[in-house]
Amino acid sequence: MAAPTQEAVEEKVIDAIANLGPDRSEITRDASFESLDVDSLDLVEMTQVVDEEFGVQIKGEDAQQLKTVGDAIDFIMARAE
Amino acid sequence: MSRRVVITGLGAVSPLGVGARMLYDRWSGGEIGYEDGIARCADFEPEEYLTSKQARRNDRFAQLAIAACQEALAEAGWDDEPPYDPERIGCVIGTGIGGIGTLEHQHDVLRDKGPGQVSPLAVPLMMANAGTAALAMRYGLRGPTQTTVSACAAGTDGIGAALRMIRAGDADAVVAGGAESALTPLAMSAFAAMDATSTSGVSRPFDARRDGFIMGEGAGILVLEDAEAAEARGATILGEVLGYGASADAHHITAPEPAGRGAAKAIERALADADVGADDIDYVNAHGTSTPLNDSSETEALKAALGEERAKAIPTSSTKSAIGHLLGAAGGVEAVATVLALKEGKAPPTLGYEEPDEGLDLDYIPDGPRAIGNGGRVIALSNSFGFGGHNGVLCLATV
Repeated sequence: MAAPTQEAVEEKVIDAIANLGPDRSEITRDASFESLDVDSLDLVEMTQVVDEEFGVQIKGEDAQQLKTVGDAIDFIMARAE
Repeated sequence: MSRRVVITGLGAVSPLGVGARMLYDRWSGGEIGYEDGIARCADFEPEEYLTSKQARRNDRFAQLAIAACQEALAEAGWDDEPPYDPERIGCVIGTGIGGIGTLEHQHDVLRDKGPGQVSPLAVPLMMANAGTAALAMRYGLRGPTQTTVSACAAGTDGIGAALRMIRAGDADAVVAGGAESALTPLAMSAFAAMDATSTSGVSRPFDARRDGFIMGEGAGILVLEDAEAAEARGATILGEVLGYGASADAHHITAPEPAGRGAAKAIERALADADVGADDIDYVNAHGTSTPLNDSSETEALKAALGEERAKAIPTSSTKSAIGHLLGAAGGVEAVATVLALKEGKAPPTLGYEEPDEGLDLDYIPDGPRAIGNGGRVIALSNSFGFGGHNGVLCLATV
């Protein structure tokens, strides 16, 4: 699997979060999952999309550290490289 | 004297449409809600009731419960906030199977994509109590909440449990009924494998040609309140739950006891609980599934419990002739239809009933709606019997 581009990861993460319910316009890098009403169950669903798409697993403590959309994008980029 | 329990709101999503009135009016008008042997709630649009996030977090059976509940609470006048301490409001929503659509879909995911892709929402969506939980959360109901899972008696047993919660003083109001959505490949194949479902694709309860039930989905919900509290807040009273009776056949895992002894016991208990006699009953909303076994044993049960002559004299019809069998939702939806029949003084017919069967000789209301009652209080029984031999019977009345 080739390393994904920043754009590809951002697009996929935003798509996955939008699919959970939040308005797309509110899903920015700085937006916290709490402010988007994305809870731990939602976050697992998001990580499943990421795993399927980029082969990056985000489990347990790693997932708990993710507070914002940007955190998730950066984590995936770091792992995918 | 125990507390009386009145009905202040009705809600239904059925194969005849969204709305309790739609169910009663269309059934009375002779409309059939199923097509090609399946009774779907084709008019139900989840997005009218749920955000996309809420829709994702509720199996279809719970979505149907939410829509029916919204209607019932609006009628009860609870739109903005409940009229009682939320800790004194309970919720009991029966279901036969719960979120089997979710279960089947997630099994596909497990098989095709592996365990890592199974949704974290699988359990909260498929659990049988998801409908009860969804309503408690949505409307802030913090009193006793539980789920009855007694197959096709679940909705009726839910309303019976709610009646007892209020009588016992555990709650001042309870949102109660049944919800089901099991029109999935697995569930439909499984019912067909038992020869429970109709091969002709026609629901005709009590008719000699009946050959099984039509599977359906839906939800029926009633708002029950302590009578004094409801009167004190000036609620419009739609009817009263006079009594409830339950029993088990302890006979066979699917077949009813042929003489209907268990069902008769439940009917007798409902009458005793309501403190009324067979002569007081103006209408019977039968379980009437259109299976060969149920409709004959139910006829026997009614004769045994009410006396043969009295049973033959009471107009008796089956909602399933119009909407098929909604399994765990049946008791909820049929209680809603029964309350409206009592209120209107007019019982809808058993649609499609033409050929009498030997021994099935009650008045099944074959020719269109029938006037019921004699100007005073109108009283009905609503029967539900489930696989496993569970029998539940409600005694409902006008006030």
